[in-house]
Amino acid sequence: MNAPMDPKSAAAVSREWPLYEVFIRARGGLDHKHVGSLHATDARMAIEHARDLYTRRQEGVSIWVVRSSDITASDPQDADALFEPARDKIYRHPTFYDIPDEVKTL
Amino acid sequence: MSGAAVAARAPAMPADPVSRYALRLGDLCLILGQRLGEWVGHAPVLEEDLGLANVALDLIGQARLLLTYAGEVEGAGRTEDDLAFLREQGEFMNPTLVEQPNGDFGESIVRQVLIDAFQLALYERLTSSADGRIAAIAAKAVKETRYHLRYSSSWLVRLGDGTPESHSRVQSSLERLWRFTGELFDEDDLDRDMAARGIAPSLADVRAAWSTSIDEILGEATLARPKDLPYSWYGKRGEHSEHLGYILSDMQYLQRAHPGARW
Repeated sequence: MNAPMDPKSAAAVSREWPLYEVFIRARGGLDHKHVGSLHATDARMAIEHARDLYTRRQEGVSIWVVRSSDITASDPQDADALFEPARDKIYRHPTFYDIPDEVKTL
Repeated sequence: MSGAAVAARAPAMPADPVSRYALRLGDLCLILGQRLGEWVGHAPVLEEDLGLANVALDLIGQARLLLTYAGEVEGAGRTEDDLAFLREQGEFMNPTLVEQPNGDFGESIVRQVLIDAFQLALYERLTSSADGRIAAIAAKAVKETRYHLRYSSSWLVRLGDGTPESHSRVQSSLERLWRFTGELFDEDDLDRDMAARGIAPSLADVRAAWSTSIDEILGEATLARPKDLPYSWYGKRGEHSEHLGYILSDMQYLQRAHPGARW
């Protein structure tokens, strides 16, 4: 918080406090899943906010936070180039294999 | 502030000392939880609204366990609800610090740091209490309190070591609230009785641990520790500041106006 601001103005706070994306691991062995985002002044506060906002009902055993601005995203305009070419390559799906009956989960 | 207010009728404290001690622990949680609850809908940002409400809910949860136990030991059939909603001001045994008004966010944080560090030092020792029930409640509460102190102290460091404005505001909150800390460690007959029976720790030990942890936090927050001052509040034996009455009128209104009302 560098510049003075009206503490009551939520917009001012949003401008000042960076956005963090929150990832929660539900139980050991599972991967961290994106659950939402929040504002915080630093990474430590982001962890505390994430604990208070996203694990109130025992949703998790581990939290990751990352500055939203540190995420590089694909451009929706590139969707054709990036994702179309996979559409006609159904042989990449493992649907042509016979699964032995003994295998319960794959 | 004009010192202790007068109770409306002669206070009726439970005769059993263990019951009184559980009430003393529980009333601190109940009144502080109620105070923090006032922030709901008013915190500077939504994230802090939830943060403060979570702490408040933990405290109300601790109060429920302790008041229930106080009622059981007393053996007069009073439930946690009877004790929370039907006692009068002079029968509450919370320290005066926790009934002080919220002030600005920084002042609430200062109050929270002072009391979180106290509760943590106390609960850590109560986990080995000779009273099994109090030990079990402390074992549950100590984890919650560790988080409370982490939350409040990280805010105090940010505000104290923040801008000149935030620094001077939390420093003056600290000066205002500091004189209420002496009472926390002021041993009376009940404290001595509990310590002698191994139910509670010596408050001198609690003070030493509190003092170390507070010095560490204040140092990191670049805040100056105020001088200890004389005080005339003894909320823990029922002599409160004028603020408690207002809290109770809010908290008890529904049960007073509609006795026995349920959800």
